[in-house]
Amino acid sequence: MNSKLPLSIPFQPVDYAAKGYHFDAVIAPDKVVEMAAALDAEGFVLDTITGVDWMAEGQMEVVYDFFCLEKALRVAVRTRIPRDNPEIATISGVYPGANWHERETHDFFGIRFAGHPDLTPFLLPEDATYHPLRKDFVA
Amino acid sequence: MTSAETSPVQAPRETFVLNLGPQHPATHGVLRVKLTMDGEYVVRAEPVCGYIHRMQEKMGENRTYAQFLPNTSRIDYLSAMTYTHAFVGVVERAVKLQVPPRAEFIRVITSELNRISSHLVWWGAFLLDLGGFTPLLYAFDDREKILDLLEGITGSRLTYSYYRIGGLYNDVDEAFLKGTREFVAHMRPRLKMYRDLVTENIIFRKRLIGIGPIGAEMCRKYGATGPVIRGAGVAYDVRKVEPYSVYPEFDFIAPTFPEGDSMARYLVRMEEIAQSLRIIEQALDKLPAGPVMAEKVPRVLKLPAGDYCYAVEAARGRFAVRIVSDGKEIPYRVKLRSPSLSNLSLFEEASRGMLLPDALAMMGSLDLVIPDIDR
Repeated sequence: MNSKLPLSIPFQPVDYAAKGYHFDAVIAPDKVVEMAAALDAEGFVLDTITGVDWMAEGQMEVVYDFFCLEKALRVAVRTRIPRDNPEIATISGVYPGANWHERETHDFFGIRFAGHPDLTPFLLPEDATYHPLRKDFVA
Repeated sequence: MTSAETSPVQAPRETFVLNLGPQHPATHGVLRVKLTMDGEYVVRAEPVCGYIHRMQEKMGENRTYAQFLPNTSRIDYLSAMTYTHAFVGVVERAVKLQVPPRAEFIRVITSELNRISSHLVWWGAFLLDLGGFTPLLYAFDDREKILDLLEGITGSRLTYSYYRIGGLYNDVDEAFLKGTREFVAHMRPRLKMYRDLVTENIIFRKRLIGIGPIGAEMCRKYGATGPVIRGAGVAYDVRKVEPYSVYPEFDFIAPTFPEGDSMARYLVRMEEIAQSLRIIEQALDKLPAGPVMAEKVPRVLKLPAGDYCYAVEAARGRFAVRIVSDGKEIPYRVKLRSPSLSNLSLFEEASRGMLLPDALAMMGSLDLVIPDIDR
């Protein structure tokens, strides 16, 4: 399968030598499932999902990394959600591998993935109620 | 007949919960698996992670790039070299540091030695899981030679932190070069002996052939990489597909086996040892002279604001670092993408309906390092 970039996602080229990935896209938070399905149809592999806490701007960024199996093609898709109500749809229905990445992101940032089958703590203790990668976290 | 065909799981019968770990020897570290069993058959296997979680990513956010460097040897402790490579790689990429060729060649030599020693630990431990004690002793005997070589140049036997941002901690000496050549010559006949001792063993083959099939599509859906996806017939190897360092200089292949069973994953790793020996030999032949540190490494390292990624092929698959910088001395965000996590994430689906001993053989063939999952 020769993976191509889906036209439905607004990808911008990135200088690979300087950044280490090829394309970057910023999408609306309600488009993530559509985005994952489009990349899945092209044979992309979900590399990882993570969050970034932009406390000063009052936002949480969710970053989805994908790679391609047959050629050097790495893409990052990012979206921002309000920090005081960080909720976004799960893509674990498209990529079952997203399940653990989303659970981990929930652990670390408190981002809720709506529709996720099990958001119990993954790496943190089972009774953890804190989110250590939030910038206002104090141990 | 595979265990899936003989499985009575479809019939609703009484099940019970069996707790495996977190201290079970077959999990090689603190991993717990909550098993719902129907007799000897697995109905559901739910891995419970986090027992050795150390919040490495938080540590990345409260110290400088150079200060975080030792942590990178302690995530997958059997792939210390390759993990450090990814971290120094991402920083060098961001600040546009030119690493001297000699340093890159030595990085390749030491990374491949590290890959062999990792595969040897897996080989011994995997056979131990399957009830064969002797191979472990052979594997550790050979691995000892690698540890001695690496100790000679790095001062450490496991958590090397040998690479520096811009090069290496120090140059290799004559003893290392001579010893590495001797090791390559020593290891080739040993691989043949390994094959005679284990790979051709009928009991061993019956435990693995056709057991625990993991297809290419399942690997793709879960992000499984390394020997797991190559054992499903997909020639995905970061060294080949997204080349880094000086890997394009060398003639080697990414071995694949299409069967997708535990035996295929076993054979991939055994063949990889031979390929690593080829790379080491070529790198020794071509090793250029010169410095091993870039000339002008800034004393205070600040990455320009933005995102940076770097991926390497570790012994267990694709390891990637993503750094988000806000232009300060300390990273804003360090994300570590570990291969063991993605490789284990397919276990629940793949083990459904298997006999428990077969499921454990399959888990062994995934080559898990638990601190790599938990970080």
